[in-house]
Amino acid sequence: MKYKFTTSASALALITAAACPAYAEDYSRFGIEKDLPGTCSYAAIDAKDYSGRTLNIITHAIPVIGEPTALHAEQFAELTGAEVNVVHVPFGDLFQRIMIPFQSEQNAYDVMFYPSLWIGDFSRFLAPVPEAYVNSTGMSDVTPSFTGVATWNGQMIQYPMDGDRHYLKFRTDIFDNAEVQAKYLADTGNDLTVPATWEEYNQVAAYFNASDWDGDGELNYGSAEVAKRDDLMFSAFISRAAPYAKHPDVQGGFFFDLETMEPLINTPGFVRGLELFIEAQASFPPGGTNFGLGDEIFSFGGGQTLMSYSWDDAYIQANQEDSRIRSMVAAAPLPGASEVWNRTTGEWDTFETPNRAPYMTWGWSSAVSSMSQEQEMGFDFLCFFSNEANAEHDMQIGRFGVNPYRNSHFDVEYWKGQGWADKTAQTYVTTLSEMEQSQNRVFDLRVPGVSQFMSSMANGVAEAMAGQKTAQDALDDVAKEWSEIADRIGKDRLREAYANVVTLEDNEG
Amino acid sequence: MLSSKHFFLLPALLTLIAIILFPLLFTIRVSFSSWDVFQSGLDFIGGKNYGRVFEDERFWQSLGRLSLLSLISVSLQYTLGFALALSVWKQVRGGRFLRVIFLIPMMTTPVVMSVIWRTVFHESLGPANDILSMFGIGAVPWLSSATGAFISVLIVEVWQWTPFMFLLLLAGLVSLPREPYLAAAIDGASTWRTFWQVTFPLMAPITIGALIIRLIEASKIMDTVYVLTSGGPGTATETSSYYIYIRGLRDFQIGYSAALSLVYLVIMIVSLTVIAKLLLRILVGKVG
Repeated sequence: MKYKFTTSASALALITAAACPAYAEDYSRFGIEKDLPGTCSYAAIDAKDYSGRTLNIITHAIPVIGEPTALHAEQFAELTGAEVNVVHVPFGDLFQRIMIPFQSEQNAYDVMFYPSLWIGDFSRFLAPVPEAYVNSTGMSDVTPSFTGVATWNGQMIQYPMDGDRHYLKFRTDIFDNAEVQAKYLADTGNDLTVPATWEEYNQVAAYFNASDWDGDGELNYGSAEVAKRDDLMFSAFISRAAPYAKHPDVQGGFFFDLETMEPLINTPGFVRGLELFIEAQASFPPGGTNFGLGDEIFSFGGGQTLMSYSWDDAYIQANQEDSRIRSMVAAAPLPGASEVWNRTTGEWDTFETPNRAPYMTWGWSSAVSSMSQEQEMGFDFLCFFSNEANAEHDMQIGRFGVNPYRNSHFDVEYWKGQGWADKTAQTYVTTLSEMEQSQNRVFDLRVPGVSQFMSSMANGVAEAMAGQKTAQDALDDVAKEWSEIADRIGKDRLREAYANVVTLEDNEG
Repeated sequence: MLSSKHFFLLPALLTLIAIILFPLLFTIRVSFSSWDVFQSGLDFIGGKNYGRVFEDERFWQSLGRLSLLSLISVSLQYTLGFALALSVWKQVRGGRFLRVIFLIPMMTTPVVMSVIWRTVFHESLGPANDILSMFGIGAVPWLSSATGAFISVLIVEVWQWTPFMFLLLLAGLVSLPREPYLAAAIDGASTWRTFWQVTFPLMAPITIGALIIRLIEASKIMDTVYVLTSGGPGTATETSSYYIYIRGLRDFQIGYSAALSLVYLVIMIVSLTVIAKLLLRILVGKVG
């Protein structure tokens, strides 16, 4: 009943706000170029009055997501008269700071910002996004992938405000250089092309490793990758293993067999991915096996390495005004695999065109607590946070951590307007938008206890990378631990949650 | 019998219960529950968590690694701390200034210093390899090889906590009686002999105290490992406290991490008691 009331009140408020003759007022004092039309535009929110009411928000530390949260909270408070309290928490503490109040039934925070893959753990504590917001202008422009990421058992419970995925980044001044191409052909017998498989990636990285190919007097290296155990390395491994383990004709689970809930993490596809990850270490810069995300961004974005793959940050860093490699980088889909493990037949299938398995990984999301007494204001804040003008503003600032998640963000002209070269903008937009079209995508393991599964996998991969175990032995141990975790959680509960991931991967959503 | 004067003990008693007893009893209770990310609340699962601890190879390996790290780092801290204390014990020019300088590492925040050391050890951009290259020494894989990472953690620990040892030992040195030294001088004992026959035995009680305090602290090492290596490469620098942190705060296995913590606590109490007894027998027994 309460939910219905909230929904209809929100709908009424939004309709009233949207009907306001709005855009005459100048909102550029808030740092945006101009207010853009939309359900939760500055003008629409300005028409609301939350005086005397308080909104409590928990978010990540500044700058990533924490800085835009603080900025938009301040703006929201000024526009509506609400008191908005923002708590910034370092990443390592964020999960428990949200989870402990949930589990102890304390209404500590109305609004939360957190990694979207925690949805399996938080789902039972989140308020569904009311229909009025699901139908808002901003939301209807969100791509199907990120709408899917926000949806749980057919209901939207997270509010999309970021879009993340892994893709390949490479130096165009080397790959497009005729002299370099000729030398590469002479030395290797192969054309220098953007790697289409991970084997090719490793070969190209090895060829260009430890030589001064940009002529600045310093050695350059082949590949920068996130390889530090507890620093999102699990995502790098999944990117590498996905095309070998995600067969386009096999449905019903990538990490687990949905029917039996047996882990697939030690199947040959994953093992091949890990072996190639281990091999690639030879082409990392010195210390590269200990690179966290920050190091990877700095290494590729700073011009030290030829190729890299991860999120948008390094790409945006490389294209900032003060970057010495500005407009010398381009994006491409993650390399694929010519042989893909078919777990149904138990054989490797050969693909003439390499199999690609784009990885829609991680990404920040937001939600309103089901215990909140200020759900309407909470959703208004999230709608305002991600309104058209704010989203456009936030994407331009690399440190904010907000990346394209709406169809309108895949606009070459917009990125060229940021000073990017034509090829840089074109390949970026094409790569990202093509991932949306893929029928063979991989998503995070968004189930209860995801951190336990990922921590176990990262440890196994790290042991293999450090030479403590073979790839097969390390992943066998991970599979054993995954089975134990699955038993503790309960296979039925796990299956029910995992079905949400499989729905996305099998394009049934 | 209880009298009114005993009520004056109440504030201290309540504080003790709130700060020490309640958390400990609560941890014991939690360790018998399956409190996890998907199971909140204090159910009772008997000794299942403890059974898991004894089968957890990774925990026992981390404990072995921690023991090695603690023993080496505390030994080095003691040796260096003693040497530094001896160097400023007697009146030397600039002694006061040196005492302050020696204490700086201890006064800095471990996390901040670990970030700085991580930059120092950065293999392509950090100054450590740059300096070594001036002497013709090739790049050292400080953080990307198992041995290098272990040594790096050791260096930071020794750098940070030697001043603590220095402080305690210097306090001990300045409080030593003068008479034994006068007797040694009259007997014509050399500096070396005076150290081994007079200073070292007289310092035994404070040595034992300093070593035990540092062993307790060293066995809790977490922030340096977290920032510098995240326990890697592989599990090469994963210590018990970092492992318990992963299980408790990353994986949110609250019940299991409580059991790990208590097992760890018992092991620490037993082993440090044994070490203290041994040190007493070796150092004080020798004096007797």
